[in-house]
Amino acid sequence: MSAAPQDAAGGGTLAGYNFAYLDEDTKRMIRRALLKAVAIPGHQVPFGSREMPLPYGWGTGGIQVTASVIGPDDTLKVIDQGADDTTNAVSIRRFFGRVAGVATTERTAEATVIQTRHRIPETPLREGQILVYQVPMPEPLFRLEPRVAETRRLHALGDYGLMHVKLYEDIARRGEVTISYNYPVMVNGRYLMSPSPIPAFDNPKMDRMPALQLFGAGREKRIYAVPPYTAVRSLDFEDHPFRPNRADAACALCGSRDSYLDEVVTDDRGGRRFLCSDTDYCERRRAEQ
Amino acid sequence: MRAAALSPGLADPVADAQGCFRAVLDAMSRPGSVRRVPADVRPPAPLVPAAAAVLLTLADAATPVWTDAGPDAAAWLAFHAGCPLATSPEDAAFVLACGSPPSLGVLVQGTDEEPHRSATLIAQVAALEAGSGGWRLRGPGIEAEHRLRVSGLPSDFTARWGANRAAFPRGVDLVLCAGREVAALPRTTAIEEG
Amino acid sequence: MAYVAVKGGEQAIGNAHAWLDEARRGDAALPAVSVRQIEEQLSLAVDRVMAEGACHDRSLAALAIKQARGDLIEAAFLLRAYRTTLPRFGASLPLDTGAMRVRRRVSATYKDLPGGQVLGPTFDYTHRLLEFALAADEGEPPVPAPEVPADGATAPRVTGLLAQEGLMADEPPSDAEPGDLTREPLEIPADRPLRLQALARGDEGFLLGLGYSTQRGYGNAHPFVGELRMGEVAVEIAPPELGFAVEIGDILVTECQMVNQFAGSRHEPPQFTRGYGLVFGQGERKAMAMALVDRALRSAELGEETGAPAQDAEFVLYHCDNVEATGFVEHLKLPHYVDFQSELEKLRSLRAAVAAGAEREAAE
Repeated sequence: MSAAPQDAAGGGTLAGYNFAYLDEDTKRMIRRALLKAVAIPGHQVPFGSREMPLPYGWGTGGIQVTASVIGPDDTLKVIDQGADDTTNAVSIRRFFGRVAGVATTERTAEATVIQTRHRIPETPLREGQILVYQVPMPEPLFRLEPRVAETRRLHALGDYGLMHVKLYEDIARRGEVTISYNYPVMVNGRYLMSPSPIPAFDNPKMDRMPALQLFGAGREKRIYAVPPYTAVRSLDFEDHPFRPNRADAACALCGSRDSYLDEVVTDDRGGRRFLCSDTDYCERRRAEQ
Repeated sequence: MRAAALSPGLADPVADAQGCFRAVLDAMSRPGSVRRVPADVRPPAPLVPAAAAVLLTLADAATPVWTDAGPDAAAWLAFHAGCPLATSPEDAAFVLACGSPPSLGVLVQGTDEEPHRSATLIAQVAALEAGSGGWRLRGPGIEAEHRLRVSGLPSDFTARWGANRAAFPRGVDLVLCAGREVAALPRTTAIEEG
Repeated sequence: MAYVAVKGGEQAIGNAHAWLDEARRGDAALPAVSVRQIEEQLSLAVDRVMAEGACHDRSLAALAIKQARGDLIEAAFLLRAYRTTLPRFGASLPLDTGAMRVRRRVSATYKDLPGGQVLGPTFDYTHRLLEFALAADEGEPPVPAPEVPADGATAPRVTGLLAQEGLMADEPPSDAEPGDLTREPLEIPADRPLRLQALARGDEGFLLGLGYSTQRGYGNAHPFVGELRMGEVAVEIAPPELGFAVEIGDILVTECQMVNQFAGSRHEPPQFTRGYGLVFGQGERKAMAMALVDRALRSAELGEETGAPAQDAEFVLYHCDNVEATGFVEHLKLPHYVDFQSELEKLRSLRAAVAAGAEREAAE
């Protein structure tokens, strides 16, 4: 039996493991997949996802992408639900602190690589930054067609009739599209893509974003990407344009009426407050006030 | 093994590969921008450092490489990358052209279902200059227009590239290398002669 | 003790892990269970963790069981996450289970056959009455089982006997390199080596349920246990620099060959076909379930009717891995409040529209 790996004394990385945990063969395989993903915006590239020391569903795809991209000069920010202090974000940040020894930050503007689950930061991202999304189900059609062999064919044909019919039926029955998160997008006019389970509120930020957007789905073993300045259009109809929504309230801490808000229940008599989900954005606004 | 094959590969395989990958990823994400590969690698002629570094970063036993660089350079690549050498360009995942590149149409194109299973052409050119003059590039990764002047490609290259782009989502992606510099054009990039 | 807050980060995680360590140890007045004890006395748990963890190492599997507090899926996950970091030195040659040193071997198709029926250490024919004597901390060690001297006869495979008569469908050997699920993502359609690979790592409970369903008409199987054998087989590798095979050790495996009726097709006469199961250690239930599901997954290529859950390769192969399944099911407990908030707003907006519509109707 091998000795349990220990934190290297003084060093930033974990003894017994390679820089950023993954072995170089695995990184190379993921890097090749990432380049093809960038070259075919929105197309899901299968990759030999590895078993990670964190459970599937906890961000193993995002972690593998980050581990293949990140270097000693990077500054990493990890958010979950928009916040840096949620337990899973803390756990992933700590993982990279241990295995890669990279600098970490909570400031969106200071980060070169941002790994996220379920949100896009409110602070606009800039050129040179990389946003890595954790993706549970990469296939945008999976609720309509669970068979991957079939959805692969539909993507090849660019046949997205299933999704158009679903949206049309929503409007016919309910007067509006009922999808509120993981709202499907068309990338560069060709591929239907899951934006990951971000609220539809965040979808417009993806369109022509100056930063590179990378998506990793570990359990489903797929990687995809949106290059900078690429058209990302939320599916809609001319007479029913895409309309993202947020709670009609102001943040109880910073007063923002533009940011996405979490609803916090304060008592059992219907009392509630709204707070920015993006903790860095909220803190900066308060510091400026 | 020939003496040339013994010149070293990447000095720090982990850090150099990461740095080179980021240069290529950045180049591929912003078509027409020119990046410098950070690795200090001295490949045998006619390989230039950028092309050698890119291949040592991306190629391995899973990716057959075809090159026109001659036996010394091919043996050096096979030794350091551990990649099989393809006997013809149509069997290769990476095609390294030091001279006139093979026709894009003969390289692996991928399929409509698996367009990612396509070749990447690494073309060594005389010089790369971004910013003004030369090609006008448009497409994903480009805010409005990038200019890239490439010296040393055949004159009909842009026409061939147009045919490659028209086959989207199938098609070949291009990495251009000059000295220690690298630029890239994914299959989505439109080239207009300046 | 306070509930560990979901927010609060590093300290909350540290506290939770400390509590976990304490809970794992249980009553500190009792001696700690040793990895060796788990290896020896909970050996079937060790076998299952090796099978589903896809790594043959009894002591690591036992350690994983101890660390996971006996949660076998968690233990399989620990073993998988360790396995994936190991360098690969080579691939073994195919195991020759025909040369197995048999500890147990039963056939349901022949009353007697060369090599005989060997019951071995089985729960079969035990009466499931709790043995309260085992509750004593240090029971007397059991009386050694009587040994019957081996007659030296080999135990030829039942499927081989049937093949001699031409009754067993031919499965020509292939030297083709099988795919590797741990390096390449599963693609559908998957060939049989890949399917068997996925099933061998698959969850025992999931395969058991699916195999059972084929017996109840969902897939219309007519299975006979041609043979079930468990024992040691030699693992050999042939390093290219040596050019010949060398034995690197023995492992315990369980193999099930399920014999199934096949009506024949335009190209083939009626004959028997095989469903195959092979697992690390003593894992009879898993090997049998695997053989049933393997045969069910062959229905399409044999031109049989399909449509039952166990015959649906994509459904079975994408859902049989318990490490993947447990991760995704359990991730639902991670915070989802951003998405939930968007659902709240959407639901409120939809309800407001319905209410407004009702008001309009009432006014009209």
